[in-house]
Amino acid sequence: MNIDVTINGESRTIETEGHRRLLDVLREELGLVGTKEGCGEGECGACTVLLNGEPVNSCLVPVGQLQGASLTTIEGMAGSESLHIIQDTLIRYGGAQCGICTPGVALCAKWALEKEPDASKERLRELLAGNICRCTGYQAIVDAIVAAQESAPETSLKDAKEPGDE
Amino acid sequence: MSEFISPRNLASSLEARAKHPEYVPIAGGTDHMVASKDRGAPAGMINLFGLSELSEVSELEGGGLRIGACVTYARVLDDERVASRFPVLSSACREVGASQIQARGTLGGNIATSSPVGDSLPALLALGATICVASVDGERRIPYEEFLLGYRKVDLAGNELIVAIEVPVQHKGAVQTWRKVGTRRAQSISKLTMAAVAHLDDGKIAGIRIALGAVADRTVRAKAAEAALLGQSPNDESATRAIKALAGEIVPIDDVRSNADYRLGVAQNLVRRFVLSL
Ligand SMILES: Cc1cc2nc3c(=O)[nH]c(=O)nc-3n(C[C@H](O)[C@H](O)[C@H](O)COP(=O)(O)OP(=O)(O)OC[C@H]3O[C@@H](n4cnc5c(N)ncnc54)[C@H](O)[C@@H]3O)c2cc1C
Repeated sequence: MNIDVTINGESRTIETEGHRRLLDVLREELGLVGTKEGCGEGECGACTVLLNGEPVNSCLVPVGQLQGASLTTIEGMAGSESLHIIQDTLIRYGGAQCGICTPGVALCAKWALEKEPDASKERLRELLAGNICRCTGYQAIVDAIVAAQESAPETSLKDAKEPGDE
Repeated sequence: MSEFISPRNLASSLEARAKHPEYVPIAGGTDHMVASKDRGAPAGMINLFGLSELSEVSELEGGGLRIGACVTYARVLDDERVASRFPVLSSACREVGASQIQARGTLGGNIATSSPVGDSLPALLALGATICVASVDGERRIPYEEFLLGYRKVDLAGNELIVAIEVPVQHKGAVQTWRKVGTRRAQSISKLTMAAVAHLDDGKIAGIRIALGAVADRTVRAKAAEAALLGQSPNDESATRAIKALAGEIVPIDDVRSNADYRLGVAQNLVRRFVLSL
């Protein structure tokens, strides 16, 4: 089938079988290998992408469901000139180590801060509970997200290239 | 070649379902994609996610709500009517999975899978919900209790789809309680769940529904415990009678003896505490 979808602001048509996992299509067909596979069962959140603005595990989405949708992957998070504030703070606070969970964490944090700009630290932990990290012990990740929250006027959290920005 | 059908509306979904009974209806995919992980391509899929007729929460006459089968946990949590009228359902949904599962998982999928630990199920049972199913031949409305047939088995024919869940208005002043016992973290599978709704009249329990998850092959009502409480004042004595009745009616799912005892003990504590909270 042909699937018309906007990925990181760009309209594309993907020709593939609809039952395939979005994760595989991103990595194998579109070369968007920033999305990582962790558990493949929705438990770890490594493969999180933003589908119509909401965080989903791309290992659980059959790609046929993307007809007409807009998708943000980690490749679309930074601006052309600079990193997204959350990417920047993740680096500065040591919130990224081996890197497998990082793309999912960054995208889920972006969603969380847009959805609830005033979320408490506890609440942020809850919103990111579906993103498992085996390196950092989470403290550095949470510190990074809080730093992004504090340093960012609300609007700059939305800096990332969004579908439809062109 | 595995076909992927994206029907435009409910009517064409039902036609597709009738024509291709071997195709998988897919909503959020959070159960199906895990279960089918190593099974190769399906014969075909019928996509239901996002279908507007299945994704709405609408008013029923008298103050109840009709919740489309494809309404996600995230949508339930965003709906203030659900939060104010059926807090037991909001509370159950809040503890499902994590953000990613809540964004995608649907009530219809939870009900169709009908795992004994499905979190929305006890809440819907305690609220006295009705399941609306449809096929090309028409619609059926089934009280949720009767819809549950056994271990992961529901009263849904091969050509039917779950369309909506109707939750009736609750008695004014009814107490609604949700308890999930597990390792109280995201993604945890429930060890035991209880949803209970009750109201008093003149100091006596005038209506009560207690639903338990993970104590049997399916989600169940604690009918004997309810009967022991109806018409009684909520106090130590009636609570004790109720939990004795409970011991006679539930058979916890584990075959490890001590584990079953543990579950029964927890269920009894939850019921006792609920009664004393009234
Ligand atoms: C990491 C993780 C954590 C989870 N945590 C929890 C939890 O805490 N509590 C909990 O209860 N569940 C949990 N689940 C299970 C799952 O998310 C829920 O059961 C969810 O509600 C399933 O809905 P879905 O729309 O994703 O179903 P799908 O996977 O799309 O469908 C499930 C089944 O139902 C059928 N189906 C779906 N919709 C319909 C319909 N309208 N009519 C007829 N048949 C239909 C499908 O054919 C399929 O067989 C978890 C799952 C994962 C992967």
